[in-house]
Amino acid sequence: MLKKMSYSSFPEDVLEHVFSFVQSDKDRNSISLVCKSWYEIERWCRKRIFVGNCYAVSPRRVITRFPEVRSVGLKGKPHFADFNLVPEGWGGYVYPWIAEMASGYPFLEEIRLKRMVVSDESLELIPKSFKNFKVLVLSSCEGFSTQGLAAIAANCRNLRELDLRERSEVSLSALERLLGRCPNLRTLRLNRAVPLDKLANLLRQAPQLVELGTGAYSAELRTEIFSNLAGAFSGCKELKSLSGFWDVVPAYLPAVYSVCTGLTSLNLSYATIQCPDLIKLLKLCPNLQRLWVLDYIEDSGLEALAASCKDLQELRVFPSEPFGVEQNVSLTEQGLVSVSEGCPKLESVLYFCRRMSNDALVTIARNRPNMTRFRLCIIEPRTPDYLTDQPLDVGFGAIVEHCKDLRRLSLSGLLTDRVFEYIGTYAKKLEMLSVAFAGESDLGLHHVLSGCDSLRKLEIRDCPFGDKALLANAAKLETMRSLWMSSCSVSFEACKLLGQKMPRLNVEVIDESGPPDSRPENLPVEKLYIYRTVAGPRFDMPGFVWNMDEDSALRLS
Amino acid sequence: MEGCSKNGEASRQLLDLIPKEREWLMMGDGERSQRPSEEKKLELRLGPPGGEDWSMNVKETIKISERDHHESLLSLGYFSSITNKNNHNNNNNGFSFLQFPSIPTTSTIATATPHSLPVMAKESSKPCCTKVVDLQSAPEKKAFSSPSPAKNIAMPTSSQKRTAPAPLVGWPPIRSSRKNLANTSASKPLTESPNAVSNKGINEKPVEANRKSLFVKINMDGVAIGRKVDLTANDSYEKLSTAVDELFRGLLAAQRDSCAGGMVNKQEEEKAITGVLGGNGEYTLVYEDNEGDRMLVGDVPWHMFVSTVKRLRVLKSSEVSTLSLGSNKQDKLLSRSCIETKKEFFL
Repeated sequence: MLKKMSYSSFPEDVLEHVFSFVQSDKDRNSISLVCKSWYEIERWCRKRIFVGNCYAVSPRRVITRFPEVRSVGLKGKPHFADFNLVPEGWGGYVYPWIAEMASGYPFLEEIRLKRMVVSDESLELIPKSFKNFKVLVLSSCEGFSTQGLAAIAANCRNLRELDLRERSEVSLSALERLLGRCPNLRTLRLNRAVPLDKLANLLRQAPQLVELGTGAYSAELRTEIFSNLAGAFSGCKELKSLSGFWDVVPAYLPAVYSVCTGLTSLNLSYATIQCPDLIKLLKLCPNLQRLWVLDYIEDSGLEALAASCKDLQELRVFPSEPFGVEQNVSLTEQGLVSVSEGCPKLESVLYFCRRMSNDALVTIARNRPNMTRFRLCIIEPRTPDYLTDQPLDVGFGAIVEHCKDLRRLSLSGLLTDRVFEYIGTYAKKLEMLSVAFAGESDLGLHHVLSGCDSLRKLEIRDCPFGDKALLANAAKLETMRSLWMSSCSVSFEACKLLGQKMPRLNVEVIDESGPPDSRPENLPVEKLYIYRTVAGPRFDMPGFVWNMDEDSALRLS
Repeated sequence: MEGCSKNGEASRQLLDLIPKEREWLMMGDGERSQRPSEEKKLELRLGPPGGEDWSMNVKETIKISERDHHESLLSLGYFSSITNKNNHNNNNNGFSFLQFPSIPTTSTIATATPHSLPVMAKESSKPCCTKVVDLQSAPEKKAFSSPSPAKNIAMPTSSQKRTAPAPLVGWPPIRSSRKNLANTSASKPLTESPNAVSNKGINEKPVEANRKSLFVKINMDGVAIGRKVDLTANDSYEKLSTAVDELFRGLLAAQRDSCAGGMVNKQEEEKAITGVLGGNGEYTLVYEDNEGDRMLVGDVPWHMFVSTVKRLRVLKSSEVSTLSLGSNKQDKLLSRSCIETKKEFFL
């Protein structure tokens, strides 16, 4: 029965058909490693690609290998760019990609970009180059204006999704034009500049919307505005996701009540709604799977959430006053404990709070072993367990021990090297780890690099990790997408060494104040970004980035 | 694999680069001597097995298996000189190089003891910025000696070294769009009708609280060092322009001084930076607003400026005109008409 069979004896068409059922990028990659003919067949039928770092491979190479791609996902800047740790002008330009794809992928339908610099020029190229373009998602992108969007709006007739997260204003008329031209539009996220009294009209033009981000959600309290809006909402039968609600006037919230039962996703993280109003709203959303909210929800609101939203999978609680010294709301570790008890499907958490205990973390870990993403930010760095004054090592240790499928973890609070030992020991599926103000020595970093088999992204700031751990695990870095270290203890010498000895790594030292080799001896580098690449050093480095490749010694004199 | 062998090579080479074992020692120099007990505890990690509370903790709560320990144990070179007794197969050649000996004990990884922690906690709750400044004047900075969390606050990182005491950049990890949410609550009255009394109570809280301080980065052409300016404390265009002078006059002078090899006389050194707002001085103050556009400071009402400003820059006035003509759209200074359009969005 198990006679050895030549894979190539299958007709290519059959294999192609089989492969078409394999959706995950990882599995497709595995397929292409089986043999030469599978590699060939697979590359000709790959429709979607995702490049986690736009500098890891050249667009030309991607197009040559995968000629039939319809959907491209690209990421640019390091994640810490979200928090202003990456200097302006660092890079992440999408233009070279779009320019290459313009000739390589005339049938491209989707572009999803994250943390990239998108010029109007690049946007204008899209309708010119891709005749059947459908989806454009710009997540945390910058560099474009209404002009570029207008080009998309005017010329992409099949547009289904235009998502401009956290960015930019579009003129209302351009927007209405866009809606008129795009009967297929499923997702529309407005920004704060779009006033509430315009929302009803926009909604009436697009009752097919599945995801809506409102603009500013405030207006004079007038019954006709309210009833107009409530009417428009009740016409949107497909709505599953709501966000926006800037400057919310709570009196207008009941306008959305009619769509609440259908909602699976609610992003109120820009909405300063107080606990009682939140509770009223949440009780109407029994099917909610994802909730983003400000800490005004408080412990009591989270308790209500735990009681009424049994399908909840993802919870994010953001601080309303991240820079305040004092606690301004009654939100503690208890709120998260409640949700971990009441919501059996909870698997993804981002939680900002001001106090935490090992006990609470252990309870959460035991309640929710299905957790895959756990990000906890205790706002004051190095805050110990508020009950015992101990580090939170044991608590986070419990998280990695119990949550076997944990893929993402962010640490905060007082932590010693011990927590990294737990992580290295247990977090075998961890893919991304964020660390700040933690650890005591290289040992900490070493535990992570040597222990976390699946680690792909590691970002570290203000930790005493340095050369030894880094160099001892140089080979590990080639298996990862990237490593960011800022305000750590890595020396320039070590960076040079790493860059020279590991040709498939781009080792980039970032220092806005001058060439890193002019710094005093032994002063650690300011910022370090290491990523694997098959494209070699990038060509668009600004003056404050130095790539430590073999020639760097020459260039830096 | 090629990579692996390379790695080995890299590691070996590293030996020459690591300054000296001494650098790795967690022994205090200078200010560290204040916590002798803690130092002792830290050394204890190499002590004989079973002697510490920590190991008990570990067994009870986390249950690390012995096998796992074999894998995860790491002994750093410098320990070997102290505790070779325990580490039979540890390196004897004196290299400060990473080794992974198999020591089937749990106690060797104990790192800190509970006793010392309350102390650390207290220390860590102090404002870190002042601490950083103190330490910068300390003459010797050992890059690798930073074992205790409390000490970590004072890591002499370059960014800290080169900037004035300021809130931690990028912490807490909130996207700028969220900071904006807090900061621009000042703009709320613009969009809110005075009739909407019902929500006043709710909005009041965040607005008031967030007005405590609003720090914005400010850079100046020709000055490598960036600063931050509090727009709540400097709450008018006049005050802001004075602040610019205060923040950069000295730096600019120092810069000129160093360029001129110290030959510049005192009076020139202390030349005030004036006229940054009128466009008639040597420098012009511009800002990047929340949409990434570069605008002239002073063109819009102050409250609108405050609600949209993301960062400030003092440009050479000669550069400003070049910029506005530049082909790069991102750098283009917005013309008056654009600004008018923007205003409409806020009003």
